[in-house]
Amino acid sequence: MSAAGTDTGPAAHAGPGAGASAGPPGPPGSPAPAITTSGLTKRFRGGQLAVDDLGLAVPRGSVYGFLGPNGSGKTTTIRMLLGLIYPTRGSVRLLGDPVPGAAARVLPRVGSLVEGPAFYPYLSGRANLARIDAADRTADPRMAAARIDAALDRVGLLSAAKKRYRAYSLGMKQRLAISTSLLQPRELIILDEPTNGLDPQGTREVRSLIREIATDGVTVLVSSHLLAEVEQICTHVGVMRTGRLVFQGTLDELRSLGSRRIVIRTAQLGEAAQTLTALGLTDVRSADSEVSAQLSDQAPERICRELVLAGVGVAGLDTPRPNLEDLFVGLTGEGFDVDG
Amino acid sequence: MSTAEATAVPPAGAADQPARSPGAIPAWLRLLRSELRLVFRRLRNLALLAVLAALPVLLGIALRLAAPRGGDGDAGSSFISQLAGNGVFLAFIAITLMIALVLPLAIAVVSGDSVAGEAGLGTLRYLLTVPAGRTRLLAAKYVAIVVFGLSACCVVVAAALATGAALFPVGPVTLLSGNTVPLGQGLLRVLFVTLYVAGAMAALGAIGLAVSTFTEHPIGAIATVLVLAVVSEIADNIPQFAVVHPYLPSHWWLFFDSLLRTPIATTDLLHGLLSFGAYAVVFCAIAWARFTSTDVTA
Repeated sequence: MSAAGTDTGPAAHAGPGAGASAGPPGPPGSPAPAITTSGLTKRFRGGQLAVDDLGLAVPRGSVYGFLGPNGSGKTTTIRMLLGLIYPTRGSVRLLGDPVPGAAARVLPRVGSLVEGPAFYPYLSGRANLARIDAADRTADPRMAAARIDAALDRVGLLSAAKKRYRAYSLGMKQRLAISTSLLQPRELIILDEPTNGLDPQGTREVRSLIREIATDGVTVLVSSHLLAEVEQICTHVGVMRTGRLVFQGTLDELRSLGSRRIVIRTAQLGEAAQTLTALGLTDVRSADSEVSAQLSDQAPERICRELVLAGVGVAGLDTPRPNLEDLFVGLTGEGFDVDG
Repeated sequence: MSTAEATAVPPAGAADQPARSPGAIPAWLRLLRSELRLVFRRLRNLALLAVLAALPVLLGIALRLAAPRGGDGDAGSSFISQLAGNGVFLAFIAITLMIALVLPLAIAVVSGDSVAGEAGLGTLRYLLTVPAGRTRLLAAKYVAIVVFGLSACCVVVAAALATGAALFPVGPVTLLSGNTVPLGQGLLRVLFVTLYVAGAMAALGAIGLAVSTFTEHPIGAIATVLVLAVVSEIADNIPQFAVVHPYLPSHWWLFFDSLLRTPIATTDLLHGLLSFGAYAVVFCAIAWARFTSTDVTA
């Protein structure tokens, strides 16, 4: 967590990422960002504009939460990133290489899970992974068995390796899907709704798995319509709404979008409110034993001092973090599916 | 790839050079093996092969029961009258009857399912993001279809020969043209017939592969291929369509009987093989053009 979790800005982050993944044979120095798209647009044959002029920038080493309501274009974007869907306009670069042009070269370094697990129901978990592994032209066939078992072990499915996929629980299916991206060492892992349909236990398991992957310096892009998921594991977020990116940046930058408030616990509500108004704070509200106001650029320390000088007994002072959920609903509009 | 295997260990060893990866051809053969395993371990396909093996046996028993006692009865078709004298002919009878519907059905199932089945299951997106490579995957799929078609023909012939040997006398083979060739040469001709029919099925398989790239519903693809085969056979029997007969995919299927005459009418056989080759090339090209340019949304 520590490596990936540091909340530095995108630019500052490219540095440590460079050291961690000695990566591509490109020019020395700072490696290309994990993902960049420019002007990425997809209009389906029916005329529906699924993705509109998207400019993603996912720095190396980040855990990027790709957020948006269902139907906002996340999965279409991810399919374009992986060369499954051809863009109508615009370009995609993964780890510096263009997709789909250089897909054969770059995709072996990218693990992915697209739109839920999909396997042959009549094959065992192990046989399913063997099938995926056999399709990889860069994989050394002599080590296939060890590689497959290691991937199964990592998601805790080794004991169920011989079971048919059909008999797997939803959580096991999801974990098997994630294990396909662990067959090879990766520089980037793209997970589309990895906790979709999982129970809280399964969600926690997947989340800790993502953290573990990220700790190794791998860049992770995880799409979700669940806010809690993103808030807990991500360093960066991109928010989509009807095919467009409405926000992109670090979690802190996102929070700073929201208006912060200052909350003062005091017995002298009237005086406190007066002082705050005098200091130029807006939206002053008092309730019970609290007075709160919108904080703009005033330092909380100064406000506290002014209150004390004005003779207000300050029992407590807080500047709570803005509620991310409210921010998201604000960004993505009414349709945001908070419950999943 | 040096540390690639130790996936349980942090994959931070991303500093791998893609140097130790296998060559393109061994890697493709590995994909092909995986594809063949998928086709030949699938219960449904094994059941198809079992049916293909059982029908010649039933046919042999039925013909044995119906065979004229004396052996010189001149009733029935020339094939069937030959059978009374030689069990090897059961192979030709079985192929002739089964090429009308059962063999095309088996090939339709496997070829129609090839891409559409993966798309329907969603496994296609997993294979393509590996990345398996669209052309590479399609090539493996087509070779697997051809191998399955050949296996289907071999199963029919082998079951027919075994049944024929058990129920009828076996010896020098009297051909349709009246000459008699030694048993060894007779069996060689059986082999050629098997390969010819496998070629016909490979052409049908290419049509199936192409159809399969247009849908996510394997049943639809399978039905389409079968309907195409049957329509072609019906059209081939309508005299008014005589102009197009040589261009129908099924027109040359039965021309393997040239191999049962002396001298062998090679012109017809070559025409047949040319037709199969043309169908295979054209429909593989259609499959490729479609598969490499289409969005995978399944």
